[in-house]
Amino acid sequence: MLSFFKTPRIRGGVHAEEHKTATAALPIVSNFPLPKKLYIPLQQHVGKPAEPIIMVGEKVLKGQLLAYSQGLISAPVHAPSSGIIVDVNDYPAPHPSALPIRTIVLETDGMDEWMETQVAPDPFKLNPEEISFRVGAAGIVGLGGATFPTAVKLNMGRENHVDTLIINGSECEPYLCCDDRLMQERAEQIIDGVRLMLRGMENTDAINRVSTNAVVAIEDNKPQAYVAMRAAAEPYAQIKVIQIPTRYPMGWDRQLIRYVTGKEVPVGCRSSEIGVTIHNVGTAYAVHKAIRYGQPLLGRVVTVAGGAVKRPMNVEVLFGTLISELFDFCEVNKEEIARIIMGGPMMGDSLPHAGLPTVKATSGILALTQSELKNTDEQPCIRCASCVSVCPAGLRPLDMANNIRINQLDAAVDIGLKDCISCGCCSYICPSNIPLVQHFKYASGEVVARQQAQHKSEQTKKLIDARNARMERIAQQQREEELARIAAKAERERLKAEQEALV
Amino acid sequence: MMVHMKPSSGAHVGANNSVSHIMWQVMLALSPATAFGLLCFGWPAINLFIITVLSAVVFEAFCVRLKGRAAKPVIMDGSAVLTGWLLAITLPPWAPWWIGVVGSGLAIILGKQVYGGLGQNLFNPAMLARVALLISFPIEMTIWANVSPLFFSHSPGLIESWHITFLGLDNIDASTGATTLGFIKAEFSQNHLLTDILKDYSGFLNFIGGTRGSLGETSTLLLGLGGIWLIRQNIIQWQIPVSLLLTVALLSGFFHFADSEHYVSSLLHLNSGAMMCVAFFIATDYVTSPNTPTGQLVFGAGCGLLIFVIRTWGAYPEGAGFAVLLMNSATPLIDYYIKPRIYGRDRKGKPLEIPKS
Amino acid sequence: MIYLFFVIFVFFVDELIFLGLTGNNMYVFYAIVSLTVLGLLLGLLLGIAGKYLKVESSPIVDELEALLPGSQCGQCGFPGCRPAAEALAEGNAPATMCPPGGSALAEQIAALLGLDLDLSDVKEPELLVARVSEDTCTGCTRCFKVCPTDAIVGAPKQIHAVVADACIACKKCVDVCPTECLQMHPVEVTLRNWRWAKPLNVPVQPMGTRRNAVC
Repeated sequence: MLSFFKTPRIRGGVHAEEHKTATAALPIVSNFPLPKKLYIPLQQHVGKPAEPIIMVGEKVLKGQLLAYSQGLISAPVHAPSSGIIVDVNDYPAPHPSALPIRTIVLETDGMDEWMETQVAPDPFKLNPEEISFRVGAAGIVGLGGATFPTAVKLNMGRENHVDTLIINGSECEPYLCCDDRLMQERAEQIIDGVRLMLRGMENTDAINRVSTNAVVAIEDNKPQAYVAMRAAAEPYAQIKVIQIPTRYPMGWDRQLIRYVTGKEVPVGCRSSEIGVTIHNVGTAYAVHKAIRYGQPLLGRVVTVAGGAVKRPMNVEVLFGTLISELFDFCEVNKEEIARIIMGGPMMGDSLPHAGLPTVKATSGILALTQSELKNTDEQPCIRCASCVSVCPAGLRPLDMANNIRINQLDAAVDIGLKDCISCGCCSYICPSNIPLVQHFKYASGEVVARQQAQHKSEQTKKLIDARNARMERIAQQQREEELARIAAKAERERLKAEQEALV
Repeated sequence: MMVHMKPSSGAHVGANNSVSHIMWQVMLALSPATAFGLLCFGWPAINLFIITVLSAVVFEAFCVRLKGRAAKPVIMDGSAVLTGWLLAITLPPWAPWWIGVVGSGLAIILGKQVYGGLGQNLFNPAMLARVALLISFPIEMTIWANVSPLFFSHSPGLIESWHITFLGLDNIDASTGATTLGFIKAEFSQNHLLTDILKDYSGFLNFIGGTRGSLGETSTLLLGLGGIWLIRQNIIQWQIPVSLLLTVALLSGFFHFADSEHYVSSLLHLNSGAMMCVAFFIATDYVTSPNTPTGQLVFGAGCGLLIFVIRTWGAYPEGAGFAVLLMNSATPLIDYYIKPRIYGRDRKGKPLEIPKS
Repeated sequence: MIYLFFVIFVFFVDELIFLGLTGNNMYVFYAIVSLTVLGLLLGLLLGIAGKYLKVESSPIVDELEALLPGSQCGQCGFPGCRPAAEALAEGNAPATMCPPGGSALAEQIAALLGLDLDLSDVKEPELLVARVSEDTCTGCTRCFKVCPTDAIVGAPKQIHAVVADACIACKKCVDVCPTECLQMHPVEVTLRNWRWAKPLNVPVQPMGTRRNAVC
């Protein structure tokens, strides 16, 4: 009976039109022509940007380290192909603003010549620490879109004695099916990656040893991927493959954790603190390649889809490939494009143009036509509370947006602005077409900006006080010196007078 | 190609719904009961219905123009038509034309636009107008025409109906009477017992709608079906109707069981008056009902309780309008205290504790 | 309040006494006398209380001054942050008076003073930062002598430089620079400080968040 109440359940969410059929049946295209130039941003991950160690004009081989990671949370960047470095400078970033970001430009030589790779004959003999070190050195980050350095997550899992490793194969965003295809075609490699991750999180400390189990969660709209993964995981008792209901945002890590384990991650905690860690299937595949073959993360499978794409596909591309080249390959009708989106249509951000590189976070590039986009003709809120019922985080988007409209950001924060995950469910469902998520993104940015402004004003006050104190001190000193001089002069004159009197 | 596009955030795709779509769906759900009612009460009812809906639209357009905005897009969202429609089906079907016009004016201007328009009103506009009319014009608002279907020989014809709507009813007693609830209330006041009162009562006629009352009061069957269809269409949620009807049924059942000669049975309660209309169409109004499922349950139960109390012990035979208005005023309070729990936090908004393993 | 009841009580007692005892119209006279005496007495009491229980000058000015930037920039029209705080405390200046503080500061001031605040008109301060043009700087050192936050560094006869993080855009250096090499520039938008814009096309300004008005 108790277990009935504890049954993990899904909260909120929407059932968006999937649009996956166009690409889900097609095999991954891997003959994408090698681009002439690759634009490799130095920050493709959460954390500090990588620091370049190559010079302009230097010749590099495929897989060679271009920039090393700085600080605890960071990831290195490698050369996706062989060629010559022609520039290290600011280029537009794949970001809604397309503002400049430090980028290495690599002119490929067409040879695609690999550097020597370090291959472990039996990776399961490696220390767990060694595995996470190699994963970090390969520049692997979470490929679901969060781009958090994977090695850091493995280390946290090891330190916190994590008992469940969830492999996120839900791919709940409409249009995207790169993970689906990857699971169908490379299931064995993914399962191998999962086993390596399990090894990487093993705690060799004999006293607190926890056996970690892996759960691969796949939405039930991908039956073929499920079958393939199940078959691949058959021999390994510690890996379980399960089907989960299809409902966006099932792939939100915390929703999935609650569904799979029944545990809820407290606000302000990392999932590893409650004994769960979660990785994407693409990440598991990258781990497999890095440990088995010593290949760093150089490219990924990207879904190119949308109404303006004539040949939608899942294509394996190198990081730094310009989106415009991808569009040419997929025969995108440029007149029809109303919006370019990096990622899925629910959480992805728009890109201002196609002259931007693909990066580690690029799970999909969508070229949507006007008819596919949500109507932007905004109407007054009718308080239908659909947004409340679909919010997976349990927020009240309508009240938050009302507060933000009249600039009462503090009130919005009080009712949960910071717990918003920008999943887009509220904007999706709103019958009045209110851009709720954009309100929340604006407000979050504004709150940060105000905090920074306040911090600066405090700093300023300290500087001013210090300066005033210094000025006061100097003035005091000068006064004292003046007084001393006057006193000395008086003393001299007194002595002189005395002497004169004596004489 | 290199057109710079403005940054826009997700969701880039949207569900296929809009405000006007919702409004039209509700009207669609109302139309069988309305059509049946119009058939039952003939031309005067049709006149009043058209006048009320039209004047609601005109008042809305007037207010929007007064604000200096284009009226057409606001009218097209259908909310004014729906308000007029809901008001019209709560009026006595043979009421004079000015009742409809004054009611629409009250609903649109006082009930909606003074608060800032769609989505801002605290009270349900149609109920506000109905209650204001009932208090201001008690005679006109309690003259209930006999059922006199269209094209029957003794029913008023088109020309005669204009006379009724615009000049008033000549021979009131011949063609009008009391509603079931009004009749019971009057009889109770003369210390009659329920078995005597209900000698001529036909539950079936009340159920399909062949009885005196406003268009939204007569046909329990059609209104209920429309409401269930709305729930199936996901336009309204089940919480408010279910908790409202259940509360009335339980309360009346309990009292009827205790004293069956002085308390009306649950079935009669559910089957008469504006019960179905209020449960499915009025109390479920998005703007004036709580946001959360739990809040909606509380709201529905509150409405049910008030309806029962007013019907049983109040001065008015039907208390639905008052009950909804009273609960409307409690909606902000319900929303303030009943909020969804945020993921990773407890009910008070504090982060959850890390479970000890 | 108590005073009022007391007066009414006395009045009634008087009335009763005089109606009962004398039965003539003298009670009107006595009522006036007793009320006057009472008023005088209580007034005196209030006066004394006001004198002996006096509260020292309001600490609100200090609190306000602590909130204000303290750079004495004068952009508000008052000759420094202390006078501005005094004006705020007296109600002679709106909560939105400090341009460098922007709406964040206005919110804090309004919260402290318990004011209703309409932030929709507040212009966020345009972020500016001073920059030295290397071509024309003569190393005269005048600018860093006036900088209130020590944001300009340099040495005589050497090119000076502005520490952008410490610059508060008070423009004092611009005024003293003899060669106009110091100019204010808008802060450059980068990936780090880029923010989402507020959605614009709002058809109806809501009257307020009435649901939150309940408390």
